[in-house]
Amino acid sequence: MPAINVSKALDQSHASRVFDLAEMPLRGLNQALHDLTPGSNETAWEVLNPKGSHSVAVGVDQPVTIDVRGSVGYYCGGMNDGSAITVHGSAGPGVGENMMSGSITVKGDASQYAGATGRGGLLVIEGNASSRCGISMKGIDIVVHGNIGHMSAFMAQSGNLVVLGDAGDALGDSIYEARLFVRGKAGSLGADCIAKEMRPEHLALLQDLLDRAGVTGVKAAEFTRYGSARTLYNFNIDNADAY
Amino acid sequence: MCGIVGLFLKDRALEPQLGSMLSEMLISLSDRGPDSAGIAIYGTPSGNEAKITIQSANPERDFRNLDADIAKAIGAPVSVAVKSTHAVVRTAPAKIDAVREAIQALRPDIRIMGAGDVVEIYKEVGLPETVVDRFDVRSMTGTHGIGHTRMATESAVTTMGAHPFSTGADQCLVHNGSLSNHNNVRRELIREGMKFETENDTEVAAAYLSSQMAHGKNLGEALEGTLSDLDGFFTFVVGTKNGFGVVRDPIACKPAVMAETNQYVAFGSEYRALTKLPGIDNARVWEPEPATVYFWEH
Repeated sequence: MPAINVSKALDQSHASRVFDLAEMPLRGLNQALHDLTPGSNETAWEVLNPKGSHSVAVGVDQPVTIDVRGSVGYYCGGMNDGSAITVHGSAGPGVGENMMSGSITVKGDASQYAGATGRGGLLVIEGNASSRCGISMKGIDIVVHGNIGHMSAFMAQSGNLVVLGDAGDALGDSIYEARLFVRGKAGSLGADCIAKEMRPEHLALLQDLLDRAGVTGVKAAEFTRYGSARTLYNFNIDNADAY
Repeated sequence: MCGIVGLFLKDRALEPQLGSMLSEMLISLSDRGPDSAGIAIYGTPSGNEAKITIQSANPERDFRNLDADIAKAIGAPVSVAVKSTHAVVRTAPAKIDAVREAIQALRPDIRIMGAGDVVEIYKEVGLPETVVDRFDVRSMTGTHGIGHTRMATESAVTTMGAHPFSTGADQCLVHNGSLSNHNNVRRELIREGMKFETENDTEVAAAYLSSQMAHGKNLGEALEGTLSDLDGFFTFVVGTKNGFGVVRDPIACKPAVMAETNQYVAFGSEYRALTKLPGIDNARVWEPEPATVYFWEH
């Protein structure tokens, strides 16, 4: 029987737990993450060779860090509740869909509907996000370093969407009470979305989001705030012909 | 859903691997559509022959002595290379229409998949891997190609309902999405003289592009026209004799990823389809913009 190297074993208990998706199935990774219990020592996870896999690290509900080394497909980090996920690559459609809490950082670009229906937590896209970013968001904070595509924040209900670059057409169509901060230009505004005054509390909120997203060299005052004109909240009899 | 792929080689050294690269791309998207699959490969031009890819549900009966029967009918030599349910008929370019007529007269059950100087089209019901194996696509060489794996939504799961659709010489198209004004456009194209094999919406998109190019537009201009004339959801990937194009409708809900290196331009419905390509880790990878035409020509 080989001697056990105690010091090495101890080291490994504090090292990242590595899942190589070229060697083992995705379900093994997600099951191991779901099996985590409060207080687990396995707080650092690393995922190798994702190669566009769908549903990487969905439904994690413990405060662990997960580093994904490469690009992922649909729904990475969906329903995340407390973990801190970093995608060292780009993300496919629906990254962070319905996130509850925690954070997801995408080092590259994100495809359509990033952060859709998210209820909490922070989603940072360091590249560009494509169409429908933050669609139906319900409390999530989203910070995009680059540009976002058309129909972003469609029917957004609450939370904050921060865009350092430009927004595509129909920004904030049918928006409820989410706040949209755009530093560049918006292609066009959707129905009932208007530019709004940037009051001190908005500047403070935005600065905090920029700080938490690791954005430096950009001032909150450079952004325009967009939100709801609240004209669609109640039925207007004059619009009856439109239905 | 459906999954679509395309690969346009810039580096001639990769041409012997075109079939295997495109096959792997398509197989990786099998779970986007298990109903049927197809591939069009643009071979290296030889200059002195044209090809017709044909298909039969009864290949043993229909392909037996077909070469001799066509040669006798048109008074010129032809060759017939059989691959499972498909065969490629080769002849002199000037004889292509005569061969097509002879096939229809001699073997009425044979369906024509496509024709041109370089294109070969193979499509069947089944998973991508089954289709690729059946037609030995991995061994095929060429300059560019497109592929499709189908989850049928609006017409029957049949060989003829599989993609790619070819409606003009060396032209073919694969589609992810569904068109809503295809019946109207089909009627207009029939009035122009276009012929249709199926009730499928995608065949209408292919015929629309063929019609536009027949009126003198280049591939890019023809693709531009789809944005105003076709209604519905679409990501199209299109091949011509020397070109390769991509366009997405303005809503752009059908996914698309592209990659470009010094060696190739590649398209996939998802990034998964691109992960085995050489040098992908250093490729420029981007999502094609909505309502924007991309095309490349050799």
